[in-house]
This record gives sequence, structure tokens and C-alpha cells, in this order.
Amino acid sequence: MSKIKAENVNVYYGSKQALFDVSIDIAEKEVTALIGPSGCGKSTFLRCLNRMNDVIEICRVEGSIKMDNLELNSRKLDVVRLRENVGMVFQKPNPFPKTIYENVAYGPTIHGIAQSKEEMDQIVETSLKKAALWNEVKDRLDEIGTGLSGGQQQRLCIARAISVSPEVILMDEPCSALDPIATAQIEELIDDLKKEVTIVIVTHSMSQAARVSQKTGFFHLGKLIEFGPTDKIFKNPENQQTQDYITGRFG
Amino acid sequence: MLKNIGKNMNSFKKNLLKKRYNAERRFQWYGKIAIGLALSFLAVFMFQIFSKGYSAFQKTWIVTEVHYDKELLLIDAESPSKDDLENADYYDVAYKAMTSLDPGLPEEEDRQLIQMVSYKYEAEVKDLLLKNPDYLGKIVPIKLTASDDVDQVHKGNYPRDIPEENRRVNDYQLQIYDMLNERGDILSEFNISFFTSPDSREAELAGIASSFMGTVFSILVCLAFSFPVAVLAAIYLEEFAPKNKFTDFIEVNINNLAAVPSIVFGLLGLGVLLAVFNLPRSTPLVGGITLSLMTLPTIIIAARASLKAVPPSIREAALAMGASNMQTTMHHTVPLSMPGTLSGTIIGLAQALGETAPLILIGMVAFVNTIPGTPVDPAASLPVQIYIWSESAERGFVEKVSACIMVLLAFLILMNLAAQIVRHKFEKKWS
Repeated sequence: MSKIKAENVNVYYGSKQALFDVSIDIAEKEVTALIGPSGCGKSTFLRCLNRMNDVIEICRVEGSIKMDNLELNSRKLDVVRLRENVGMVFQKPNPFPKTIYENVAYGPTIHGIAQSKEEMDQIVETSLKKAALWNEVKDRLDEIGTGLSGGQQQRLCIARAISVSPEVILMDEPCSALDPIATAQIEELIDDLKKEVTIVIVTHSMSQAARVSQKTGFFHLGKLIEFGPTDKIFKNPENQQTQDYITGRFG
Repeated sequence: MLKNIGKNMNSFKKNLLKKRYNAERRFQWYGKIAIGLALSFLAVFMFQIFSKGYSAFQKTWIVTEVHYDKELLLIDAESPSKDDLENADYYDVAYKAMTSLDPGLPEEEDRQLIQMVSYKYEAEVKDLLLKNPDYLGKIVPIKLTASDDVDQVHKGNYPRDIPEENRRVNDYQLQIYDMLNERGDILSEFNISFFTSPDSREAELAGIASSFMGTVFSILVCLAFSFPVAVLAAIYLEEFAPKNKFTDFIEVNINNLAAVPSIVFGLLGLGVLLAVFNLPRSTPLVGGITLSLMTLPTIIIAARASLKAVPPSIREAALAMGASNMQTTMHHTVPLSMPGTLSGTIIGLAQALGETAPLILIGMVAFVNTIPGTPVDPAASLPVQIYIWSESAERGFVEKVSACIMVLLAFLILMNLAAQIVRHKFEKKWS
């Protein structure tokens, strides 16, 4: 089942083109990894999926990106509704400098999801449990989120993202600022989450892509060079560039 | 084996190394000398002000005896009411209280004794009886405010060795002063009236209450006008406005506005607020609005800088959660920028606090001998008060000028301290 279908996506930063005719099918409730050397456009593509490129004034997106047959790259689209359904986790953990509880409750509050305090407590607890953080923070929900360790902060950000029950979660190198133990915890979490949500993850670590994803796309110089099942990409790539990249000959 | 170290170093290398170390040592010395100079200037400045001004916090009283004689007071009633006491004639009673200091003095010379106390001595005699009605008919001791000349003599600020005709205190008065001083009837107490009295032509009665309240009201008006406008402008420019030639132009002009000499704003206040809008002149309302023109660019610049300092990752986090631009700004960016904005505001207000020129232009230089109760009452302000007193010839005002500077400096230091506390205590630390 295809969840997101991108066709001929071109992205420009001013006069500089960053993505060239990217077409990709992202399957539902799977983990899709996007790999490639720095500056290849994988993050730019990821940010097209929740319209975060809108923030950059000089950025222009062309082409069609459909999610469940809804055109995302359209002026008429309500980005607030879109982002309620497409969560995002960033490279550097960026919890709000508020309490742990407020961090998780922020999304449900602004989208009016919880009707009562009890319901909100429930949402916060479930989200933190799903993010495997509940046991560590249940006694100190009123402490400031930025006081947690790096790995805990990133799991808090994941809890925040899933608090509004999105259908898709975008992850932009979520483990690049974390140590190996925290990375392993996040990867385990991704494995659990994919039962319910579609995950698109940008990563620099090829071993991580191999461990967590079902499909992998290789980007190079703004083009999607190869896209297919992770097994095939890593064991038997069709393209020479893909082969060179995953064997570490460049990038 | 390492080359160029210790004994192996050739003389060229040695020289070069020595030069580098010397250059650094010299540079450090220049810095130390610069700091030393700055500190010594500050020390001289402070010493000047404190050595001249501390005596203004002491007030000199002359103690004498007053006989509340019913006949002299022209009170007929057997048990006089409050109104009777209020309307009684205190002239003779007060006069006698002073002349009793030297009963042998011929009547035509009495003025010399009366001149030793402030012209308000009659009111002081009246106040004592109104506070203690049972003193009626009795002889009681009373404290009278010494005239500024006696005050200065007592504080040792008045040289006695100049010829009598050049002195405001004549030999006879000095003799009386010495006699009283020996008896212990000259008192020196903390000068409460300096803080509770409005300005006066007489140095011994002049206080900073009217100018202090004028300053407080001006600053409040200034805050009320400049803070909301500046913060809204800063938020719009930083978070919502498109970046184009027009907003660049506005930014340049805000920076220019911050550099405009304050007297120009004074002229603007005079020409627009007083002439066009007919606001009451000499009032903290007009003064505050004029000052707010000055603080506006300072606050905008501070607010924009602290909005810029909020990490973009926080905005991204909020936007990615589906918050609108407005929600992102109001829930996250603005609260996080508030410590910086507030401390910038306090610094801007502290600048406005010391401003004199624009206030003189809008008439806050007027002599005000009432304490303003609202921002639309005429008032002076502390820096203008310093200016007014520094122009006065009487010796008594010299120490008042320094004392007023001390109060102003204390006010400024408190505000800057508040800015520091706000900045350090409420600023969020990023991970």
C-alpha cells in the first residue's frame, strides 16, 4: 500500500536547483530510509513531506506529492492540518524549554485533541510509554525537558511527535547527535512504531539504514539514483554509484 | 630530538620569541593602564560627589523654647477647639521664641536672630501645637529648621575668616551660634525633609520629592507608551514581515533613530505634543511620551536581538507540531525572548532617566513646589533638578546638587542591577 507518492519533484533555492525530478513511492507502515552524501537533497525532500520548506522564503517546490491522494504541494492545503498528521523529529533534539509534561501536551493542546485533564494525562502517559521514556521520567514530569540527557531528549521529541497520533513520522538524522546506546534505543523504538505509523528516516549511517528500514532510497547530487527494498540496495544494487557509496568508496 | 628548543635554539629564533613575549607583555600593560585610568576617573568623580553631597543628608535644627501664650495667640475660648488653634495668630509666639535666645538684644536688631532659622519657623511653631494641643499655655522646647547659612556654618562648609561684610552670617549671629552649639542646642539629624519636601527657593527647605515623583511618573508613562509599541514592532519585523527592500529601509531608520540627539526629540515634543495636541506643559505625561520616542528604538533593537537569539530549532519544533506562525511566536519565541527584551527595556529606561535636554524643552524645568500626585501635574525630574540647583547661588544648594546626583545614581544602579537580574535569572539555558 502506497502512503506517499511523489512525482517529478523539483526543488529550487532561489536559482539553485536542489532536487531533480524525484519520484518515489513510500509504503504504509514501513520504514523508508533515505541515504546519500551530505548536500544530496535527502533532507530537502523529507521537508517537502510536511511542507517545512515553506519556512525558507527563497525555496520553491514543483511537482506532485500525494498523501492518500491528497495533493500536498498545493496552495490550498492547510499546513496546520498536514503537520498534525505528519510529525517530525529533527537532527538535534529540540524539546521546548518547558516541562516534560508540557512538551508532550503541546500538540494535543493546540489541536484540541484532549477534552479533559484526565484525557490529557492519558495521552501524555501513552506517548511517553510508546517513546520508551515513561519509566525514566514518570516521577519528574514537571521538570524542564531540556534538562534530560541527549538520548532522553530525543525520545521526548519522539513522544511529542506521536502525541497527536500522526500517520507519518519524518526523522531527519535522529541519531546523529547521540551516543551508540541512545542510538540503539531509538532504533528499537522505530521498529515498534512502524506497526502503527509510516516512517521516513534520513540517515548518514548506512548500517542504521540497513538495520531499521524496509525500503531504501539513495540520493546523489539532488537525484534519486536508486530506490528499492533495503536488502536489495545493500546486497545487490543495480547502479554503480549506489554500489560505490555503500561500499564506502565515496561520500 | 627537538630542534629550536633550549640550548639548540639559534639567536635569530631566540630574538623572535623574545619579541613576541615582550609584545604580549606590553599589550597587557596597555590594557591595565587603560583600566586603571578609567577607574581613577571614576574614583575622583565619586569622591567629589560623595565628599560634597553626604552632608546634605544631615539637617541642622536650632532648639529654643516657645511659650504658647493664649493672649499672644489671640485665643479667647476656655477650651479651644481644633479650629481655634488652627486660626490662632502665631506670629508673636514664634517671634518671641527666637528673640528669647538673646533677651538683651535691642528690638530693631531682632531680624538678625529671625534670619538664623528658615522662613517657615512660624509654621513649625504652629504645627507643634496642633500636634500637641495640651502644650497650650505652657513653655516647651521646640526644634526649628536652621537657615541654610547656619546649616552650612554648622557643617563647616562656611569659612569664618573672610571679612564680615562679605559673609552672609555676621559676627553677632556666629556668636549666638557658638553659644547655642556649646549648650548643645544645635542638633544635626537625618534630613528626612530632603526626601519628603518639594523644591524650594530656600536651600534648607528644598527637597527632591517633586522631582523624584516627576521622574517616576515620566518613566512609567515612557514605559507604558514605548514598551507595547516597541515589542509589537519588533515581533512583526522579526517574525512576520517579509524580508525586502522596504523592511531593510525600516531597519536602517530604526537604527538611525537610536542615534538622534535627544534634544531633537524635545523639540518634537514641544512642537507636536504641546503645540498641536495641547497636552499640559511641564507634566510627566508629556515628558514621558517625549522620552518614549527616545527609548523606542533602543527597545526595538534589544527585542529584535533577543528574538533572533531564540534558536531556530524551537520555531521548527513548534511549526512541525502544527502550530501556526502566530502560535509559534506567542507560545515559544516571544516568551523565550522576554528576558532579553525586558533587560533591554530597563536599559532604555535608565537612559531616559538621565535625560535632561528634552525635558527642559517641554517645560519640566519649571520651579515646582508641589508634589505631583498624577502624571498630569506639573513636575520636575531628577536630572533637571540637578540642573536647576546647580544654577542657584546659595551655598546650601552645592551639597544638594551632589546629593541629588547620588539619588539619581542610586536609581540608575538599581535599574541596571534589575536588568542584570532579569537577564541572568530568567534566561533559559539551551541544551
